[in-house]
Parts: sequence; structure tokens; C-alpha cells
Amino acid sequence: MNFKLKDIGPQLMTVIAVVLVFGFFTYNAQVNMENRGIDFGYGFLSQESSFDVQFSLIEYDGSHSYFRAYLVGLLNTILVSVIGIILATILGVLVGIARLSPNYLINKFAAFYVEFFRNIPLLLQIFFWYFAALRALPLPQDAEAMFGISFLTIKGLFVPAFIWENFNIFFYSVVAAIIAIVVIRIQAKKIQETQGKQTPVLLISIGLILILPLLSFLIGGVRLSFEVPVLKQLATTSFIYEGGVSLPPELIALALSLSLYTATFIAECVRAGIQGVGKGQKEAAASIGLTPNQVLKLVVMPQALRIIIPPTTNQYLNLTKNSSLAAAIAYPDLVLVFAGTALMQTGKAIEIVSITMFTYLSLSISISLLMNWYNNKIAITEK
Amino acid sequence: MSKINFLKPDKSNLYTFLYLGSFLFFVSVLDVLLNSFFSLNLTGFLPGFLSFLLPLILGFIGLYFIRIELSGIKQLDLLNKHINTNNFNAVLSLLIIFIILKSIPPILSWFFIDASFAGDSKDVCTGTGACWTYIKVWMRRFMYGMYPNGEQWRINLSFIALALLGSVGYFATDRFKKYLTLYYVVIYPFIAFLFIFFFISGGPVFFDFSYGIIAAILSIIIGFFIPNRLKFYYFLIVPFALYVLLKYFIFYEELIELGKLDGLNWVETGAWGGLSLTFIISFFCLIFCFPIGMAFALGRRSGFPLIRYISIGFIEFWRGVPLITVLFMSAVMFPMFLPADFFIDKLVRCIIAISLFEAAYVAEVIRGGLQALPRGQYEAAKSLGMGYWRMHIFVILPQALKLVIPGIANTFLALVKDTPLIFVVGLLEIVGMLNLAKTNPEWLGFAMEGYVFAAIIFWIICYAMSKYSYNLEQKYKTDR
Repeated sequence: MNFKLKDIGPQLMTVIAVVLVFGFFTYNAQVNMENRGIDFGYGFLSQESSFDVQFSLIEYDGSHSYFRAYLVGLLNTILVSVIGIILATILGVLVGIARLSPNYLINKFAAFYVEFFRNIPLLLQIFFWYFAALRALPLPQDAEAMFGISFLTIKGLFVPAFIWENFNIFFYSVVAAIIAIVVIRIQAKKIQETQGKQTPVLLISIGLILILPLLSFLIGGVRLSFEVPVLKQLATTSFIYEGGVSLPPELIALALSLSLYTATFIAECVRAGIQGVGKGQKEAAASIGLTPNQVLKLVVMPQALRIIIPPTTNQYLNLTKNSSLAAAIAYPDLVLVFAGTALMQTGKAIEIVSITMFTYLSLSISISLLMNWYNNKIAITEK
Repeated sequence: MSKINFLKPDKSNLYTFLYLGSFLFFVSVLDVLLNSFFSLNLTGFLPGFLSFLLPLILGFIGLYFIRIELSGIKQLDLLNKHINTNNFNAVLSLLIIFIILKSIPPILSWFFIDASFAGDSKDVCTGTGACWTYIKVWMRRFMYGMYPNGEQWRINLSFIALALLGSVGYFATDRFKKYLTLYYVVIYPFIAFLFIFFFISGGPVFFDFSYGIIAAILSIIIGFFIPNRLKFYYFLIVPFALYVLLKYFIFYEELIELGKLDGLNWVETGAWGGLSLTFIISFFCLIFCFPIGMAFALGRRSGFPLIRYISIGFIEFWRGVPLITVLFMSAVMFPMFLPADFFIDKLVRCIIAISLFEAAYVAEVIRGGLQALPRGQYEAAKSLGMGYWRMHIFVILPQALKLVIPGIANTFLALVKDTPLIFVVGLLEIVGMLNLAKTNPEWLGFAMEGYVFAAIIFWIICYAMSKYSYNLEQKYKTDR
């Protein structure tokens, strides 16, 4: 070991500073909690929560524990993030491609969309959709049916629920189809590499994913029926739809604004990625006789994806974190249920805020690990 | 020549198809135009579905007819190249033209024609359009929050003065150009702080800078006798030690008396709000997050493992949590971490929280710039005998920062867009004020106007910032 003051000095000072700051905070926290008679501990998680949550994916009421309330919030956060990510990706990719269109009108239209939604704070957009736009929707009794089965009203979107018989058989058939597709893809790649023959993988995949579940309906005894929402009168002027699945307006406003906002950033990532593939690559691919579709599939997209994935991952992370703005419109997500209501009831500020932050940290880290894995898989392996 | 090929418009029968196609296209656009502006339906006699689709079909056939390659007519070729390359593009172009035509009248009438501007009560807003009277009446609240009406000149004056002082850079002569960095990094923020502290906040001021000033002067004088090698550590420790020594062991009551001033009427930070609060918070967070971010970027690339790990931990922690939980922390958790008699204002806590949060993002952006520099730059600087700080200040950072102007601008934009989140701790900037005004029983039902108004303001600010950053990027672009 070579103890040089030059090396040790700055490190030691930094560590001492960090330790001092943390020590100061911990000491104060202890003193403050003693003074106020609060004890530190996570035992409250198993206590009865005695508050209700408007919208939850799992069964929950006041008699359940705080831990279950935490789960309700977490699941709601994940739900809105997943919906947002899917919608934002679809919209973002479409707009990103439109930005590269030779068509002047489409190009400008996409550019206008991006510049418009990107420069307005997300919170303002959420408020706009929730308090202004969705409030203009009709009352349940005045709503017109969409396709005869769904109702978009001021109290939310009511869609029919699926009622399955022998759902597990259907599920197994889908899983079997996916496994078969993966196997076929691997085989097709082998054939391509050894014999140079192209297999119509896409057609076979589509066929499999359609036919196997269809078979499960025909011979597996799977039955699917719909439960259509029905208008029900609560009081003289108050109506609500019963049956089916109801999506609260908070969820709609949040998912809509999150995906509209994030799609602008994803669109820019997609555009940069496709533009980042050199013109020579496309020309070279065309000159060895690949069809335009093959050029796109085998040459442009694999290279563009490498540029697109890392920034898009960041946008997915941002969307997940931004979903915490739900608290502003009372969508019962993690922040509102746990860091809001539960904190008010228990007063355990340090424990609850730390759990909330740790949850978001682990959500972020798991998304970025997943995307890093995917990114490594498609990265160029340099020799 | 006279053989007309109906299925294949080409150059041989150019004019036949040109006139026919233009006519059809014109008719389809005219139909939509009349429909949307004068609610006339030319094709009303047809069954509903066909009447709805007819403009699209006509326009599509028209565009198909005029899609003639190398017609020799410049305008037609341009049109074909830009909006009419193939059938799919033609349909999309038509749809976009129709959407624009359809959406202009309702937007115009909501914004201007049916809108009410006059008066100062809700009664004038009877039309179907926007009620800008609402914005007019609440304007002061949206701009200044709960700040007393009589005192608002203080905010205006401070902002004007700061804007003037900020524009000094444009007028500086070459002699003063070299001091500009010092001015913007140290002096200008300090002046801004003084303005906010004495002018916007006001109130009797008690500042015991006296000890600080004495400590600073003493330590500078002693500093002349300290060898260069130790100067860094000396200035890190001694001034602070002297300050503590003076404050707690030597009592100069007279100096304390000197520091007492009666200022303007005190306005507590809870009353600040509106757009001016957005500016104040953005301004200070911008100033603070940049140096902190730079420090952590350098720390993350430092050769000392302990400093590196601490920096990584800091950056990844702040990047992993949403701002709203950080603000929650600053509101409910942070006071627990401070001594009981020690009070930090809500606004200051907010600014600290947002600065730390954004600093992590700035750090990652700057790290990107540092990594993009070729190793040769570091090696060249070292071979000239430069130390760590000299190398970074004179060689590395100027190049790296130039590279990351767009990234930094994006982070600052995100910061401005994040300011409305301070509603979590009960501070009401413009969006918060809108929500408050919206629930006022006398002015119910004008949520839309308020949000549109705020959206326009934010859009202008953010768009201007992004254009400015683009200009900066072009200005400092050096081919390498």
C-alpha cells in the first residue's frame, strides 16, 4: 500500500464530509423523533389501514393492512406506466417515421405535434385533460354507445368484461404458440446461416398465433362471452354503468397525457436513430440484391435500434417516474395512496417516504437492467 | 396523340388530366371548405356515408390524375414531389388538409370570434367561446400569486433590473469580455440573491455578515504567507474556522447592531406565486444545479474510487426517484433531519430539492461530454505539465461543455417544465394559481381558458429556450 497524502487527502475529506452530514441528519432525526414521541419502525405495515381506495386491481378495503394499500398503489402505478409505455411507443414510432416522410404535409404535421406537446409542462397537460377536456364528456345517462358496447362518459370509460370458460386452456395455447414461434425463429436463423434460404417467419408466426388459440376455441372447450355495461339508476339524477370493466377518468387522463407527452420524445429518438444509419448502408444493401423490405428488416432496423434503444429506455424511465404526477388528479397511485393517505394517517414520514423512494428506485433500476440486457443483446460485437 | 389512356396519366395527355385532376381536387377541397366555414353541405343529397367520404374520393382521383412525372410544369412537379408521391401519401395529404380546414373555424371562433374580452365579471361570458375576461380579472394573481397588489412593483423592478444586468454580456467591450464568466458565475447570482432577499422578500434584515467579512479579510491576509502547495486546503478550512471562532468566542455587539436594517414590508414566501415564482425558482435552480452537476460529473470520472462511488450513488439515487417524492421528502422528511430550532423556509427547501434533483441530470449530460473528448486532449494537457484543475478548467471543460449544449438546454427545459410540481409543498406558481382560481365559486367553469393561457405562456418560454439553445449550438460549433 502506498499512502500518499495527495491520493488519500481528497478522498478522506470527501468521506468525512459525507459521514458528517449523514451523522448530523441521523442525530437530529433521533432527537426530533424522541421529542415528538415517534418511534421508528416498519411494524405499521401490518396494521389495519382503515382507509378506502377508489380504484384498485386487487381486492382491497379499509380492513386490509397498510402493506396491501402499498401493493394497491404500486399496482396502479405499474398499470398506468405499462399502458402509457405501450401507447407512447406506438404513437412515438409512428410520429418518428412521419417526421422522415418525404410528404411535406405529414412531415410538418408531425413536427408540429412534437414541438407542441413537448414544450408544455406535463402537469399542465394532465390538468387540461382531466379538468377541462374530460369534463366536457356526457353524463352516463346521455352517453352514446361506441360500437354498441362501450360508453365514454364523464365518470370514466365503461367497456365490456370478458368472461372466460376454461381460460387456462386458452392461456396454454397462447404460450404454446409463442414457444413454437421462438423455436421456428431459431431454426430459420440456422437455415439462413447454413443454407442461405429465407423462411417466411413472419407469416408462419402470424398463422401460429392465430390458429392455435382458435383451435382451443374449437376443440378445447374455451368459451368467451361479454358482459356489457348496463345503465343503472342510483338516485333520481345519478346514473352509473354496472357490469363490465370501468376505467376511471383519472386513469384515462393520466395515460393519455403521459403517452402524448412521452411520445414526442420517443419520436425524436426514432427519428435520430433512423437518420443515424448511413445512406451507404442502404445503398450497399440494395446493391447486393436485397428487396426494400429486406433492406429495412435486415440492414436499417438492426442498426437504427442500437441508436434508438438507450434514449428510449430513458424515456420509459421518465414515464414511469412521471406517473407519480397522478397524485395531482387523485389517481390512487403509489404516491397518493402511500406517501399521501398512509403518511397522513400514520405520521411515519421517514419510513414511508423512504419506502416510496426505494420502490421507484427499484422500478427504475429493473427497467434499465431489462433494457440494458436487450441493448447488449443487439449491440455490435466487435472483434 | 389523341389517344386518351384513362388509367395512366402521363405526359402525352398532360393537359387533359391536369385540368380534370385539378378540377376534382379543387372541388373536394372546396366542399370541405364550404362545409366547415359556412356549414353548407354541397353533397347533402347523397346518402350520409357517401356524402362523408365523397371529398376524399374525389380528391384522391384528382391527385391520381395530376400525378404526372416530369410534366415540365415546375409547380406541378413540386406539388407531386412534396405531397403526392404515391397513393398512400395522397390519401394522407388529403386527410391532413381536411383536418386543418375542419379545425380552423371552431378554433378561431373559440379563441376570438365568440370569445368575450370586455368587462370584469362573469356576466359578460355568455357566448360559446372562450372567456378571456376571466384571465384579465385574475391576471395579477396568475402573475404574482398572493403577493399584495400594492407591492408588486418590487417584483417588476427586480425582474427588469435583473434582465438589464443579465444582458450586460451583449454590450461588454473586449476589455471586459474576459471578466464575463466571473460576472455571470459569481457576481450576477449574488446580485440576484440580494434583489430577491431585500426587494421581493423585504422585511427587517439582520445579517451577521460582519463576522464573515472579518474572517474573510483576516484569512486572505494570512493567506499571503501560506506556501502555494497548501493554499487549497488552507482556504478550505481556515476562513470557516475563523468565522466560527469569531462568532462563538468573540462578541462584537456593535457589529451586530450595524447589521440591523429596516427593510421594505415583509412578504412571506407563502404569498409568492404565479409566473414570477416560476421564474424565481427556475433561475436559482438553474444557477445552483450547474456547478453541483459539474462537480459530480468530474467526481464520477475521478481516479479516486471513494469519490467515484459516492458520485455514482448520488447521481443514480436522484435519477431513480420522481421529483414529486423528492419534494415530498423536502416537505415532510427534511425538517426531521434538522435541529428543532433550525428553520429553513419552504421555498428554499424547494429550491435545494429541485437543484439537487436536476444536478444529477446535468452531471450525466456533462459526463457524456467528458467521455466524448478524445484521450489525446487529456494526454496533451498533462504533457504540458498541467495539473488536474488546470487541465479541466482550461482544456477539458471548455470543449466538453461546448459539446453538451443541447443536452444541458434540454435539462434546463425539463427544469422549467418541472416547476409546477411545487404544488406538492403548497407553493402556488401559475398552474397552482389556475387550480385555485378554478375552484373560486364566482368563477366556476373556466378551467379550459386558464389551462390554455398557461399552456401558451409555457410554450412560448420553452420554445424560445430551445431555439436559443439551437443558436448557441450553431454559434459554438467547431469542426473537429
